[in-house]
Amino acid sequence: MSDLKYTDATPDSDEREAVDYLVSDPPVRRESERWVISGLGRTRDTRHLLLPGLHQLQNVKGWISPGGLNYLAETLQIPAAEAYGVASFYDLFQLEEPEDGPLHHVCVDPVCANRGSGSYIEELRSEGHRVHESPCLGQCERPPASFVQMTGAENQDLTSTTSVDPQFFSGATSRLLRRFRTNAPTRLESYKEQGGYEALKSAIELGGTRVIEMLLDSGLTGRGGAAFPTGVKWQSVANHQSAPKYVVANADESEPGTFKDRMILENDPFALIEAMTIAGISTGCEKGWIYIRGEYTTAADRLARAIAQAYSAQLLGEAIAGSSASFDLEIRQGAGAYICGEETSLFNSIEGFRGEPRSKPPYPTDIGLFGQPTIVNNPETFLNVLEILNYGVDHYRSAGTPDSPGTKLFCLSGDIARPGLYEADFGITLRELLSNAGGVDGVLQTVLLGGAAGCFVSPQQLDVPLTFEDTKSHDLTLGSGAVMVFSTEVSVRDVLSRLAQFFRDESCGQCVPCRIGTVRQHEVLLQIGDSKADVENVALLEDIATVMTDASICGLGQTAASAVRSALTLGLLDESRP
Amino acid sequence: MFGAGGGTSSYQEVEEADFVLLWGSNAREAHPIYFHHVLKGLKSGAKMHAVDPRRTASARFADAWLGINVGTDIALANAVAREIIAADLHDRKFIDHSTSGFEEFAAHVQTYTLEYASSVTGVPADAIQELAHSYANASMAQILWTLGITEHHNGVDNVLSLCNLALLTGHVGRWGSGLVPLRGQNNVQGGGDMGALPNKLPGFQDVTDNSARQRFSDAYGVELNPQPGLHLTLMFEAMATGTLKGLYVIGENPADSEADVSHTRKLLTDLELLVVQDIFLTRTAELADVVLPATVGWAESEGTVTSSERRVQRVRAAVEAPAGTRDDHTIIGEVAQLLGASWPADTPEALWDELRSLSPMHSGMSYERLEDNNGLQWPCPDLDHPGTPFLHGWLWEDDLGGKERAPFSLVNHEGPKEQLSDEFPIRLTTGRALDSYNTGVQSRGYPSPIRSGDQLEISHLDAASLNLAQGELVRVSSPRGSVEIEVDIKTDQAAGLAFTTFHFPELIDLNLLTNDEWDPKSGTAEFKAAAIRIDKLTSGERYV
Amino acid sequence: MSELQPTEIAISINGTTVSVDAGTTILEAARSAGVEIPTLCWASNLTPVNACRLCVVEMEGSRNLVPACSRECEQGSIIHTESERVALNRKMILEFLDTTNDLSESTELQEFIVRYEADSSRYTEPSQMKDATKIEDDLFVRAYDRCVLCYKCVEACGDDAQFTFAISMAGRGFDTRVSTEFDTPLPESACVYCGNCVGVCPTNALQFKKEFDLRQAAQWEPERQKTTETICSYCGVGCTLELHTQDNEIYKVTSPADHSVTAGHLCVKGRFGWQYVQPPTRRPSSPDMSS
Ligand SMILES: Cc1cc2nc3c(=O)[nH]c(=O)nc-3n(C[C@H](O)[C@H](O)[C@H](O)COP(=O)(O)O)c2cc1C
Ligand code: SF4
Ligand code: SF4
Ligand code: FES
Repeated sequence: MSDLKYTDATPDSDEREAVDYLVSDPPVRRESERWVISGLGRTRDTRHLLLPGLHQLQNVKGWISPGGLNYLAETLQIPAAEAYGVASFYDLFQLEEPEDGPLHHVCVDPVCANRGSGSYIEELRSEGHRVHESPCLGQCERPPASFVQMTGAENQDLTSTTSVDPQFFSGATSRLLRRFRTNAPTRLESYKEQGGYEALKSAIELGGTRVIEMLLDSGLTGRGGAAFPTGVKWQSVANHQSAPKYVVANADESEPGTFKDRMILENDPFALIEAMTIAGISTGCEKGWIYIRGEYTTAADRLARAIAQAYSAQLLGEAIAGSSASFDLEIRQGAGAYICGEETSLFNSIEGFRGEPRSKPPYPTDIGLFGQPTIVNNPETFLNVLEILNYGVDHYRSAGTPDSPGTKLFCLSGDIARPGLYEADFGITLRELLSNAGGVDGVLQTVLLGGAAGCFVSPQQLDVPLTFEDTKSHDLTLGSGAVMVFSTEVSVRDVLSRLAQFFRDESCGQCVPCRIGTVRQHEVLLQIGDSKADVENVALLEDIATVMTDASICGLGQTAASAVRSALTLGLLDESRP
Repeated sequence: MFGAGGGTSSYQEVEEADFVLLWGSNAREAHPIYFHHVLKGLKSGAKMHAVDPRRTASARFADAWLGINVGTDIALANAVAREIIAADLHDRKFIDHSTSGFEEFAAHVQTYTLEYASSVTGVPADAIQELAHSYANASMAQILWTLGITEHHNGVDNVLSLCNLALLTGHVGRWGSGLVPLRGQNNVQGGGDMGALPNKLPGFQDVTDNSARQRFSDAYGVELNPQPGLHLTLMFEAMATGTLKGLYVIGENPADSEADVSHTRKLLTDLELLVVQDIFLTRTAELADVVLPATVGWAESEGTVTSSERRVQRVRAAVEAPAGTRDDHTIIGEVAQLLGASWPADTPEALWDELRSLSPMHSGMSYERLEDNNGLQWPCPDLDHPGTPFLHGWLWEDDLGGKERAPFSLVNHEGPKEQLSDEFPIRLTTGRALDSYNTGVQSRGYPSPIRSGDQLEISHLDAASLNLAQGELVRVSSPRGSVEIEVDIKTDQAAGLAFTTFHFPELIDLNLLTNDEWDPKSGTAEFKAAAIRIDKLTSGERYV
Repeated sequence: MSELQPTEIAISINGTTVSVDAGTTILEAARSAGVEIPTLCWASNLTPVNACRLCVVEMEGSRNLVPACSRECEQGSIIHTESERVALNRKMILEFLDTTNDLSESTELQEFIVRYEADSSRYTEPSQMKDATKIEDDLFVRAYDRCVLCYKCVEACGDDAQFTFAISMAGRGFDTRVSTEFDTPLPESACVYCGNCVGVCPTNALQFKKEFDLRQAAQWEPERQKTTETICSYCGVGCTLELHTQDNEIYKVTSPADHSVTAGHLCVKGRFGWQYVQPPTRRPSSPDMSS
């Protein structure tokens, strides 16, 4: 709702068609020449189509032209400046007319950088291709990772272009990965044959209260990084009487070194759909949203096909599985912004605003997506729900430790013999995990545990059990379960400055400590370069770290210094290393 | 409205209302800061319906826009009333307790069916029905209007037809519900407050009220004329018949602003004496025998003004006035001296205190209190009174305190005086642009980057049938005159409707076209509805 | 409207117990107890965005510092507004801003820089916002090298007041800027020149052209300036104007934020329509008042 005035730039017919196709019931409805229905309510109802609309425009023309943007914005009654503000937030949207041909996004984050992305980029460039140096693409098990953005055709990720099979391994207890090898991911029948939709049946029988009790008893905590008790989250949303309420799956997975959610979506999409449906009917949420990072083309595609089948089989929509409950599911694709994995920023992104985190409190369970009570969980968290319902709480707790029950997915990458996705009981040590993966490729220098927002682990710390409680007591974090292994061949300085650059590039820019702090941190690290960090620089880094950690709005800024701090503590910047 | 000359509500109330009916007002451009309050209301969930021939900048914010034919407001209002009664949504308890004439009114609006109103107004019946239900069902509703309602030959009837709706639903006399006429010009309200009306003394006391008049006579030591004077339009009629021979104009520019302005100019020229007191040498001042240069009220002198929410506020001198100019009150005082009266050279505050002693509704408003409270809303009868945010609360008292119940008014649809014809087939209506003001005397002074000049906005359908291109210069004629103006083609304007602003009379003399048919009850002319013809200029003509 | 009975909440601020209504922010509570907390992005007439983080305070039991401007008081909270940790955080935020922007025309920030001993010399060749000043019309200029991205202008242009949305934050991270779509010049954008953005800008990044010209001409003389409150002469809404004058000439117009009619916001006429009382129209003193 605003004064809407657009520049004279007009769309071409492709752009017009793309937008018209998307917006079937625009916010301004001309009932007759003398009667127009519009207003704030209608504008609010359609604003979430902005992000899909921008994807459409980007895809038809290879960029978002002023005419296309005007047309989309006017159709949705969004001010042009705001639509531009949103478009310019994302890496996958180009706002200047590019040269022809696909755009190759190639990962330059530490694992891929050490495993050939530099030469791959040179190769592509010498062949005349356009290349964008990308942050981690979530394909770390098969470096160098790339993603190809097309014009007028489907984008391509590695799963669709490479012959390298997905690598996943389970230890003694195969739980979350139980269907991975045998499942035909986009066939509902196949999923059902492997016990699919039994959990939903039980959930319907048990009723929401009992389901939530089981979650509380199971001790399940979130796998997205913050390890918040899942049952408490569901309970709190269930307690809200207000409607509508929402369930969101956070599959934005952009933490460097993390690729588990992509694997889940590519190999077991129905499991996520089933678990979200359970969440919906158990807590009274009428609609679910799955937010997938924009680069996960195959995952999004398989998920969309699975959702369509679930609808036809009445496992989504009205009267689910013969019950009186209804639940709808919609996919939203991100567009290249790590910060959109932060839950409130994800809400803003879905709603068609800039992906800037909101301040908490209020928490999503009270005021979440579209201002309504909302459950947000990571796909891995959702998969655990199926285990609990299918096999019971006692069985669930039979793996892991009392404070970290169950199993955990670890993403191993870097200098390791068999990179890939590993499922292990909580409590396994790093040493065991590395040896399960065939051992370090070379001499171990350090492991970056938990992603860019995680900490460096020294070879002396390999026996810390991987549980929430043990890592915490050692000032470490499991984070997203990323385990990036670096041999002595790797320059930790380069790794660090690349991590610092990652945060600098990915900061949303909203708050001063992070917007400027990430830049200053990167600058100081670059200045230190190969020389030993002097006292003043260390003090400055320490002060920068303090303000980012203490005063930033969200987890990005709050953890942007954690790897640097741990490197300083471990003395990784002390003597000159390779 | 029921005996008080001001809007019933405070601006803040519209922020809390849950339904806003914007009728004949483009407040977004004409009253932008009032519209901020409306927007706050919409942001917190209020619904707004806009009734206006054009989908104005304000109407674009509305949940529903009803594109009514110019001058058919009463038909619409009566149909809304009929629908409210037919659907049993009226507030019977309020009606029985606080109003009179309901039965007659209900019978009177019987003929205004949705179908009939739809045929007259051009608005679909469903839209009218929805409006009626939304307004009646709201717990707090406001009706806002401006000149789109009043600048008609039957403007007062238009207003009464809206008041009927408030009485029908009890949407008046309570916080959040009310009737809000937005004042087009700074201190129009204050002028009325101060008795600058032909039939009123300061504080809206009637000149025919003997005891009120006596109070003034006692204070001033002279007898006052009990006959109401002439309002503006009657003055021009009196000039035409020669009974009015001298005119003292203070801060108005009728030689540009009156409808059918060429006629007005002739009348002004023919006067025996024309005195103009103004801050500029306006077109009117150019015609004057005597010009009295005044200071700028709001920036060069001290005093008070009253706003549309009846808030009396202080104005102050921020800069020194140029030599040779004087404050309005000083000039008037000196003229009085020269005429033989012994008016003391009082300060603005002393004059204000004199007013407070004579106008009960202003009594509690000392300068000190006005300054401490950012102004006070009348009535404010004594120094302990906090001012009155909304009027007519008495309608909701168990005991009406002997006041007469609020009457329904029986008014009928007449339509604009000037009918469309084959010769003049297009309806012209006028309004304001955001960055400009009236005849532009003040607003022309600053370099607004969004100023586009006066243009004739027409429907793309009419443009097509007349074979006109965007920006093309055309001749526009009404039975009274013609001007040349550029067209601005709109895709969302109704066919047969043309609109223009009137801010640049030195360039385009638009009031040559407008109709001076006027409302016998208010004296306001029918600016909003003239019949015109648009002619394409031949290429030769264009470059003359 | 159902009026909820306000419940009293007691918190401790720097050792003093303060009792406030539920829903009161820490900033409001502190002010009511006479404790000043510096702010930058907060304004009484805008929704808090809590982006600058200058107002952070220590709340016992909270891992991170909390923004006083937007955090509501919780029963029993123990707040420290000037602890060493708080001071270090403020110092860093000020150093960050000072190394990024030209803050010379923000007297308030200059005072904070001194108070918190911010030392920008610790940084070697820091990246800065070096945007060129945009002069696109005669009403105001935009000097984004002074812009601290406090969101105030965006909020005032948006749904905190004006609902025009001519400007938005665009880009991301350090490259974020206040911008129109595709950086379209303001006169071609949706801007309606209400100047409400200028009215709220804390750093003079947005500046009335008249003030800008005076400063450029080295004729900016704060001692010769005064402010007078009056009422706008245009429509009948009755907006309070603060006329800022230097030597008998108006150079800018604002409105008090705590005023019920305007909440500090004006329209283009009230904000800029004063030209006719200025030279050359009425001054220097000539009774030739040709309009
Ligand atoms: C910068 C940032 C990025 C994040 N990215 C993700 C993500 O990609 N996936 C995810 O599940 N959680 C992510 N989170 C955590 C989410 O905010 C949220 O805590 C999580 O989705 C909750 O799900 P869970 O309880 O199942 O872990 C991120 C947090 C931050 C601060
Ligand atoms: S911490 Fe960084 S990413 Fe998070 S809100 Fe602040 S600027 Fe944005
Ligand atoms: S221009 Fe001024 S008000 Fe706007 S964000 Fe920058 S500093 Fe804040
Ligand atoms: S004033 Fe509180 S964050 Fe800026």
